Amino acid sequence: MDSIKGSSWQSRLAVVLIAILLVALLIQAVANPGQFVSQLLIGITNGAIIALVALGYTLVYGIIELINFAHGDNFMIGSFVGLTLLAGFGIFAPISGDSGTFIKILGVLLALVVAMVVCGFVNVAIERIAYKPLRNSPRLAVLITAIGMSFILQNIGLVWKGPAQVPFPELISSANIFPGDAIIFRWKDLFVIAATIPLLLGLSYFIKNTKQGKAMRAVAQDKEAAAMVGINVNRTISITFLLGGILAGASGVMFGLFNGITVFNVGFTQGLYAFTAAVLGGIGNLTGAVVGGFLIGIIGSMADQYIGVRWTAIVIFGVLVLVLVFRPRGLLGDRSAVQGGGE
Amino acid sequence: MRRVRRVGMLAAMGVALALLIAGCGGGSGSGDSGGGGGDSVKIVSDLPLQGANRAQTTTMVNSIKLALEERKGKAGDVTVEYESLDDATAQSGQWDEAKCAENAQSAAQDESIVGWIGPFNSGCAAVEIPILNKAGLGMISPANTYIGLTKPGGESDEPDKYYPTGERNYTRVIVADDKQGAAGAALMEEEGLQSVYILDDKETYGKGLADQFQKAAESAGIEVIGREGIDGSASNYRSLMNKIAQAQPDAIYFGGIIENNAAQILKDKVGAGMSNEDVAFIGPDGIFVDSLIEQAGDASEGIYVTFGGLPQSELSDKGKEFVKNYESKYDDSIQPYTAYAYEAANVMLDAIERAAEEAGGAPDRAAVLKEIKATKDYDGVLGTWSFDEDGDTSLTELSVQKVEGGKFKLDRVLDVKDLV
Repeated sequence: MDSIKGSSWQSRLAVVLIAILLVALLIQAVANPGQFVSQLLIGITNGAIIALVALGYTLVYGIIELINFAHGDNFMIGSFVGLTLLAGFGIFAPISGDSGTFIKILGVLLALVVAMVVCGFVNVAIERIAYKPLRNSPRLAVLITAIGMSFILQNIGLVWKGPAQVPFPELISSANIFPGDAIIFRWKDLFVIAATIPLLLGLSYFIKNTKQGKAMRAVAQDKEAAAMVGINVNRTISITFLLGGILAGASGVMFGLFNGITVFNVGFTQGLYAFTAAVLGGIGNLTGAVVGGFLIGIIGSMADQYIGVRWTAIVIFGVLVLVLVFRPRGLLGDRSAVQGGGE
Repeated sequence: MRRVRRVGMLAAMGVALALLIAGCGGGSGSGDSGGGGGDSVKIVSDLPLQGANRAQTTTMVNSIKLALEERKGKAGDVTVEYESLDDATAQSGQWDEAKCAENAQSAAQDESIVGWIGPFNSGCAAVEIPILNKAGLGMISPANTYIGLTKPGGESDEPDKYYPTGERNYTRVIVADDKQGAAGAALMEEEGLQSVYILDDKETYGKGLADQFQKAAESAGIEVIGREGIDGSASNYRSLMNKIAQAQPDAIYFGGIIENNAAQILKDKVGAGMSNEDVAFIGPDGIFVDSLIEQAGDASEGIYVTFGGLPQSELSDKGKEFVKNYESKYDDSIQPYTAYAYEAANVMLDAIERAAEEAGGAPDRAAVLKEIKATKDYDGVLGTWSFDEDGDTSLTELSVQKVEGGKFKLDRVLDVKDLV
């Protein structure tokens, strides 16, 4: 409420700007509703994947105030694990578009689960090896280590699958769910949404309702006090990294199945957008990361449609700058959700 | 315990650093220049040896080696050493501006180097030409097609800005993009396609080519519905393709290279309901490499690719002989630019030979450059051709490939002599 009362000319300007934008979009929506809805849906599906990655950044930041640059590359590892499982070897190889529905679903589920487990443990291992020994060092030391870990993972990916883009098997149909081509919403899009929602709900339940989730919130608020009341701080931090890794693994496989192509440096661009999403929503704030992810997805597709692809990145980062000018702590404020308190 | 941890940390950081350095500096292999004495000179090639084009560039290196071996490592009486430079970095997965500049700088300072074969990417050439121009080193590129490197038609200050000394030192054996753009438009006319949506990857080569194509298309009366520059590292192009689908063009033209996500563009194009039968896809030589079909799968079926030259099946008799020799020596299959690298190497070696005869020993850079530019009615694997005063080839035949059954197949040969 304070922010509205103390509204300056800046806030008013912001409101006017947003209103103009919304009206412009609305006019377009009325002029060609099918196109608008299709683009909105594309934005939401792209945003869902960004949101899942953004959660990993924000979870870790919320608890140890570290921007884990290796997270985007862990996401890449996730997509490679899924790809190796589906196209590399084993009983599912090679599953092609012609295999039965049952084995396809089984393959996708297995790829998701294995990638989640692998990425979870990779993330925990990174924390143990690289971040934990530096927990009491200056912030900058850990940050540089995180960048170093990012390079290591990227190089592992490079050795693993080579420098070129690699194709993912087309397991999920690209056919449109709705009849006609007025609104495009494919089975692939449904898959992304259907996989994202349970993950988000599960994470939210875990943090709000379980004992371990409460411990996480406590550690985020005050490590020393949490330790005093008997919370195992080290284990809690490990579990946070595990959760982040699980989300990275899941989104990595989803990314591959959805786009059909992955590459060793995909973690950099996706990570950059996800990090932007986390900052946009308020870093450390779980709801904020999800909102930021979806916003970036939607802004991206709207800019592609109505402004031009050339300008999309500029629009996205322009929005980020504007948001940070008016709300330096992000749309929903930083760290509030993990800590369980307000701004 | 604490100390042990410290050591562990240091070790981990050391490993990280080592990987980083290995990643950045891979294969630059300097040194080894030895024997710069009396009767030996050195040539280098500069190609992106990492990334999606690797399959292509390694065959190019092989073909240069083959050219040298066929002459027993000599041009006339002069021993020629060859070194392959890599202008790509692992981090970017494709050519890198800084790496191009670095390679050119170090070659400029090594006086034993008298010839430069490459680069592969026009954007890289834009960085290297001015550096090597000041050093007076003659260049023969087997693959750069961007028009602005040699002729006006790109930016307003091109091509003069690349030649600070005023003296040209750059030539190419491939047909440039004014002709390739015209070939794209000619193909559309022959197929009866009347409107086009143009995409480019915002790089020197891709944007320049798209400009040339747009000019040719407009003068041929083809309607240009839209023009967009894409981000080569975007995760997908679904919104863009959705937007294009609404505009209902007859064809989509992409000016760009495979490293900039060409396969994803194809997948999303087909995914947005624009099959390659309904909406033709025309791409340039920058995506003419087999990995495109591997990456895009079914979505690549039926696309057209123009190429500023001829595929191996259409080469001259000398070209067919080259194909046979190459295949008996190397296991990898010949790619579109393999023969062009071979031709560039032979032109270079012939120039060195002529310069050596004149000098009566190891020739200097200026003499080699003079002989490169004097190449006339050259009877090589590509046919009989000459360099014009801008360093461009006099050949005008281009080919159009179509993907059929998961393979590039020659669709037609276009002669654009009358179009440009």
